[in-house]
Amino acid sequence: MNLVAILALAGGTYAFRVAGPVLHGRIQLSDRVRRLLSVAAGVLLVALVATAALTAGHGFAGWARPAGVLVGGLLALRRLPFLVAVVGAVVTTAGLRLLGVH
Amino acid sequence: MDRVLLRDVALVCVADGVVGASFGAIAVSGGQAPWVPVAMSLLVFAGGAQFAALGVVLAGGSSIAAAIAGLVLNSRHLPFGFAVADVLGGRLPARLLGTHVMVDESVAFAIAQQDLPRRRAAFWTSGVLLFVAWNLGVLVGVVMGRLIGDPTALGLDAASPVVLLALVLPSLRDRATLRAAAAGAVIALVLTPILPPGVPVALALLGLLLVVRR
Repeated sequence: MNLVAILALAGGTYAFRVAGPVLHGRIQLSDRVRRLLSVAAGVLLVALVATAALTAGHGFAGWARPAGVLVGGLLALRRLPFLVAVVGAVVTTAGLRLLGVH
Repeated sequence: MDRVLLRDVALVCVADGVVGASFGAIAVSGGQAPWVPVAMSLLVFAGGAQFAALGVVLAGGSSIAAAIAGLVLNSRHLPFGFAVADVLGGRLPARLLGTHVMVDESVAFAIAQQDLPRRRAAFWTSGVLLFVAWNLGVLVGVVMGRLIGDPTALGLDAASPVVLLALVLPSLRDRATLRAAAAGAVIALVLTPILPPGVPVALALLGLLLVVRR
């Protein structure tokens, strides 16, 4: 990958990121819009979780990863510490792969 | 500073550091010059987009196609920026600096907190430490080259979805958010087989229509 493309990717990414922080305070957002934006962040993160857990490229990610994410998600839902949830997920996925389940 | 928060951030830093190392190793072993993954990680600082762009290049695509793939993935930072704008707050230099450490994890750590001071502390702590951990990881990967195989054998690909899920869970207690997020996730999953990476996640925002109507 050449330097120009890296700079284009970096510049474009920064532009996406900076719009909100720079416009903050200059434009007055109504409570309704502000609430929508906070819901939007949640929607995007959940969509990211769903696609990262279940898909690889254009297809299914295989069983090991979703199984691990499911275990981690259940542990988090039971309000177990973050560490337990993440380690539970990683161990489940790695264990299944070790057993030949992919 | 909250000790629990610090511990959680440290855990995510370790996981991201290992993924960063694999990014550096994959780039170098795929024939990229060592400065390429290092520059990308310092300047772009977005794991998903970096892997996507690298994937395009390693598959024989052009550099411009790689940049476009990464940009499509990163378009979600536009709404993220508005969602955490008050968290960055303060003076312009601080806002411009904080902008660069706006990643999925730092946004998720921020919105998981109850009040503004905590959100602010969570965003900055996680953002800055993740930046350090990610770039150190990439450097290690570049140096170690092929030694670090793929992180999937270690199950690390299951870590980042769980991190984001655990952080976003509290906000899903709100019924409207839960409905919109569930609809958005279904939209993203259904569209994944037919659209380029990144587009389905952006289109998940259509789930917001469920909130707008009422």
